[in-house]
Parts: sequence; C-alpha cells; structure tokens
Amino acid sequence: MSTDQAAPPRRGLLGRAIELHPQVSVRPEPFGALAYHYGNRRLVFLRHHDLLAVVHALAEHDSLAAALTACEVAPSRWPSFEKAFADLLAGEIVRER
Amino acid sequence: MSGETLTTQLKGGLAAPICLTWELTYACNLQCVHCLSSSGRRDPRELSTAAAKRVVDELSALRVFYVNIGGGEPMYRRDFFELVEYAIGSGIGVKFSTNGAFIDAAAARRLAALDYLDIQLSLDGADPATNDAVRGEGSYDTVMRAIDNLAAADFGPFKLSVVATRHNVAQLDRFKALADALGAQLRLTRLRPSGRGADAWHHLHPTGAQQRQIYEWLLANGDNVLTGDSFFHLNALGEPLPGLNMCGAGRVVCLIDPIGDVYACPFVIHGDFRAGNVRDDGGFTRVWRESELFSDLRQPQSPGACASCGAFDACQGGCMAAKFFTGLPLDGPDPECVSGESYDLAAQVATVPLTLKPRPTPDHSYAVR
Repeated sequence: MSTDQAAPPRRGLLGRAIELHPQVSVRPEPFGALAYHYGNRRLVFLRHHDLLAVVHALAEHDSLAAALTACEVAPSRWPSFEKAFADLLAGEIVRER
Repeated sequence: MSGETLTTQLKGGLAAPICLTWELTYACNLQCVHCLSSSGRRDPRELSTAAAKRVVDELSALRVFYVNIGGGEPMYRRDFFELVEYAIGSGIGVKFSTNGAFIDAAAARRLAALDYLDIQLSLDGADPATNDAVRGEGSYDTVMRAIDNLAAADFGPFKLSVVATRHNVAQLDRFKALADALGAQLRLTRLRPSGRGADAWHHLHPTGAQQRQIYEWLLANGDNVLTGDSFFHLNALGEPLPGLNMCGAGRVVCLIDPIGDVYACPFVIHGDFRAGNVRDDGGFTRVWRESELFSDLRQPQSPGACASCGAFDACQGGCMAAKFFTGLPLDGPDPECVSGESYDLAAQVATVPLTLKPRPTPDHSYAVR
C-alpha cells in the first residue's frame, strides 16, 4: 500500500530511462498524489509534490537524473528519489523503457 | 515521511474517495441476518440507468480508480452489465460483491470477458450449516454453483469474502484452505451492528477471546488475507495489523446508496451520517468536497474517554459505526475494545436500553408476514 516497504534500491537507476507504467493512473492529492495500477490493483501513495512532478517529467527525459535536473531537485535529495523510484519500479508503478 | 504523517494527512480528506462503495439496489434474493443495508425490497426511488451513468461520469472525472459495487444483490438490476461495462469503459475498475445467485454459465462467461473486474463472493461459514444459519437456506450451495460456473468460464482468481462471527472464527484455517483450493483470495471483514446487523450483532459478534484469536490469525497470515483494514480496533493488542490504521469514514471512504444518498461509510446508513444526494446541485463532487458532515469528520476528533488509555494511538478508538449502533458515545471506546480497561464493554452494551440505540434507516427488509 505504500512506498515505504519494498525492495532495496537498485544501483544505477539514476542513469536509466523510466516511464509511468501504461496501466497506472495518477491523481493529485493534498499530500502529493495517489497512483493506482489497474493490472495488479496496487494503490500507492506518492507522498511528495516533487515526486509527482518528477513522475510527470519522466516521459520527456532520457534518464531519471535528467528528469530530476529538469524539476530542479537538489542533488543532495537524489538518493532519496532514487530509492523512491526503485520502490515504484518494484511495484510496477513505473517501468524501464 | 512516517506512516503516522500519512494517516494525519488522510484524515484531512482527499480530493476524491480512495474507496467508494456503491450499493446499486436494495433488492435481494437473500435476507442475511447481518445485512448492513437491511436489504430485501427494491426502493422505488432507485437511480435510473441514465442517472447511474451520470454518477459514473462524475466519478470518472474525479479519477476515482475503482468502485466497490454491492447491494442488496447488485446483479438483481437488469442494467447490471450495462452499468458495469459503462464504468469499466470510463476507466473505473469494478469490484463487486455478490451472493452468486445470478452467476449462471452465461453470466459467468460475460463476467470473464471483462477486464478490471473483481468478484467478491460472500460466504459466512466453511460448511453449509454455519453459512446458511446466517445467509439463508441453500446459500452455501448457491455460492459453490457460482464458483463452478466461474471456473468453467475461466474467470480466474476471485475473492471469497467472509464476515467474522462468533460461529465461524473457529473456521479461519478452513476458510483459508478452501480459498486456496479454489484459487481464490480470502477476504475477512469485521461484523458491524449495522442494518439488520444491529439486532443480530449481539449474538453474532466474536467474543473477547475470539477477538484475540482473529488478531493473532491475521498477524500470522499477513498480506495474504484481505481485510479492508476493518480490524484496526485490534491493534490495541500489540503489533499493528497490515493496512491503514484509521476510520476512513468521509475521509477516504464513502457510500452511495441505491437512491443516490451519500453516507460517510457503508456501515452508517442512517440519517445522522447522510451527507447529501448525488442528484443535489453540484452532484457527488460537491457532497464529497463541501458537505458539512464530511467537513466535520475531517476535523481532528477528540479521543474523549479514550484519552487516558495508552492504546489510543494504536486503535484510534475503533469503529464509529460500531459505537453508534450500539448506543455508545462516538468519542469513547469501541464496543469490542480489546484494551485491558474495557475488555468486557460488549457485555455492557447489552445493558444499554434498546430505546437509546439508534435504529438503522431506511429499512428495506421484506415486510413481516
């Protein structure tokens, strides 16, 4: 149900091209956003507005790092974003392309 | 970003519900003794097909991901498939609860053809005697026939939905084994004193010792058993159960009843918890976002008599509906409170005079013959 549990971070995710899974719908909420995967029926809380912005930016960038840069996420916060996206990848909310 | 922070945020309400239950009809072929909507007869004011589709359009615009369709028996509606197909076509997943009576071979094939459709078949006993005592003569066999038809149509995994009662807590392992054997997922939810359950609850709700048994069983089975997060009152016993530890009524959850009335949750079909109607100006969206009742429920709630109990953070005082229909104050312990001080509260509830207990409204049970 949340992005807190899940697999250990995958190395090198920052350099990879990822995208929102086509079976996932995202809805903005006061705390960030809700994402729902129609295939595996998982509901995931994106608990930061910046995380939602990066998710939206993924499609236009060749790597997670490029999307983070475009969203002006400070490099000191990149490790936590890499971990968050590793969790989202494990939950199939995003996928590699 | 702790779980507590998320819970606090969710208590303030969401742009749209996460979990929306929509009872399509009060009509039902069964008369289960614990029916939370007192179903039986169709309400003549039931939403028309066109009105129901307008609700779907609104939910789609709100990006409600899925709806839980129930009743009554939702397949009683002649436009059941039309509405389900319309919802799925609008990007809304459908999970629906049924007693299986109308899942013949043809209906099973039609259900199997739909993507994004989950079925919850209700079963309240691991054997016909236990089940039928609550759900009616022959209802166990009806479910098994529906399961056979779904299997023949290659529907795939479904959910077996069990309400925990005093008479089936001893069967939890059997339910799990049955679900496993059928390729189903087990869903176990809490009995509420709602609808006809207001009367049945007193002799059906699990005993104090059984509450602990449910808790330990759920802990041991973890995420493999769905609960709708309905047992959070048991978190007072120790390690929290999986899921959201809070009352979602009017915050992340609500109910649309067959005539379009919007209630705070499926277990409080009563005038005090009616927030509006989907046919009011501004529709469901306005009810969800602006109704006085839902705004109140999203304010921080007082722990009241629970304030001095060390377990309050763990159990949140339990279920609002359970307190309301047993005549207990909403800012006090749940009638099935498991913390040391009020362990036998359920026994005390029996002494609340009937005249002080709210009666569920409306009642669609069959007229007494």
